[in-house]
Amino acid sequence: MIELIDVTKEYSKGIAALNGVNLYVDQGEFVFIVGDSGSGKSTLIRLILKELEPTDGTIIVNGQTLNTMKHRRIPLYRRGIGVVFQDFRLLKDRNIYENIAFAQRVVEKPARVIKKKVPAALSMVGLAQKYKSFPKELSGGEQQRVAIARAIVNEPAILLADEPTGNLDPKNSWEIMKLLEEANERGTTVLVVTHNQEIVNEMRKRVVTMKKGVIVNDKRGGYR
Amino acid sequence: MKLRTFGYTMKQGVKNIGRNKMFSIASIATMTACIFLFGLFFAIVINFNYIVKKAEEGVAITVFFNEGTSQAQKDKIGEQLNATDGVLKVNYISAEEAWSNFQKDYFADNPELSDGFMEDNPLANSDSYEVYMSDVSRQADVVAFAESLDGVRKVNKSDVVAKTLTSINRLVGYVSIGIITILLVVSIFLISNTVTMGITIRREEIAIMKYIGAKDGLVRAPFIFEGLMIGILGAILPLALLYFLYDKAITYVLDKFSLLRNIVSFLSVREVYNILLPVGLALGVGIGFLGSFFTIRKHLKV
Repeated sequence: MIELIDVTKEYSKGIAALNGVNLYVDQGEFVFIVGDSGSGKSTLIRLILKELEPTDGTIIVNGQTLNTMKHRRIPLYRRGIGVVFQDFRLLKDRNIYENIAFAQRVVEKPARVIKKKVPAALSMVGLAQKYKSFPKELSGGEQQRVAIARAIVNEPAILLADEPTGNLDPKNSWEIMKLLEEANERGTTVLVVTHNQEIVNEMRKRVVTMKKGVIVNDKRGGYR
Repeated sequence: MKLRTFGYTMKQGVKNIGRNKMFSIASIATMTACIFLFGLFFAIVINFNYIVKKAEEGVAITVFFNEGTSQAQKDKIGEQLNATDGVLKVNYISAEEAWSNFQKDYFADNPELSDGFMEDNPLANSDSYEVYMSDVSRQADVVAFAESLDGVRKVNKSDVVAKTLTSINRLVGYVSIGIITILLVVSIFLISNTVTMGITIRREEIAIMKYIGAKDGLVRAPFIFEGLMIGILGAILPLALLYFLYDKAITYVLDKFSLLRNIVSFLSVREVYNILLPVGLALGVGIGFLGSFFTIRKHLKV
């Protein structure tokens, strides 16, 4: 599903954010990526999103080699990936329904599909009643749930979450993790970058630990 | 792009204008100012050209014949002159007309002075062709050609007038191209800046669209549509304003400087708008499109 072979990423000559990383994530896996700030976790996510190009090595996702992918193919590739960010990245001038419908509209789904899928996604994250609310009227946890609904509404094969609980209290953090786990149970491959030791230790999933651009540990269980 | 997506794009473009009212108003105001100036300058230039053209048409060279030249030969000379490039029309002035015109010009106040000539026409051998130019810059060529024709004795011309009009024409051409170019560059620069500000505000939205998997065309389309709308509005407003101001301005100039009435005539607003309307609209659309298209291209590398 996701394969990184000897991947190196240098932002400036000689300073590697990732250094010869090898990683294989199978379909339907739930993987935590942990490590200190600057260890290369977010770079890894951005490489998988094809937001960055590797300096060296090969990245294969869903059977597609990203290194040789043409620019015009990138949108179609990204439609197979849902993304959740620490800062939610919701459109503040649109209500919750419109935020999720937006994700469907940009991939040119017909109106009848949007009318069906958006309420279903909102129900999935428990916000069906708040579809008319604007982001600023919601708590941080609720906003992140909307972001998850937006990420899963197009039924991606892969869900990438970059510090999804970074701005949330423990109760909301657990609710978000539960939603990500539910998505994983429906067959979605989930990669979560996090600093939250408690959650990682409790959930007993595969944990990939990074340090200074290399993977120093890769095993099922707790934090480090 | 699918039809429903096109509809969505147009709707988003209109919404974008509403969401960024201040920037949209600033863009439209900028466009309005630039196209108003362009229209104003265009109206002045086109009228000036018209006046110069009229003056050119009044400049004639006179072709006299050798003594004993037959009427058939004179007719042939007339035909050859008529067929020459840069010639607008050729008028035959008989010896009687020439004498009559001379009398009007020189003896109008003292007709008794011409009585001494009685029936004797002192300009008996001075019948001629008056050759009017459509392009004064071609006068020297036409004169040379006329002088080379069999049966032609002499060609009178006014080099100073011809050269002055040619120089003025050229100067007006250069100045108008220069000023219009500057205005266009300034317009595109200002529109690009305004669109950049709008895009900066919506950078987050563009980034989200790209993460979700929106194609470049879909990301660009609402902004380009927005640019086109601003361009069209920014063109219609000054064109409408100029349309109503033009007649008033002409009337004002002619009233204020009544001497001009006898010297110059101006084009009607319809004649000016035959060119200004399509050119102005095309400019608005073009500037709106180019300004937004090239600016959005910079912001697509998510």
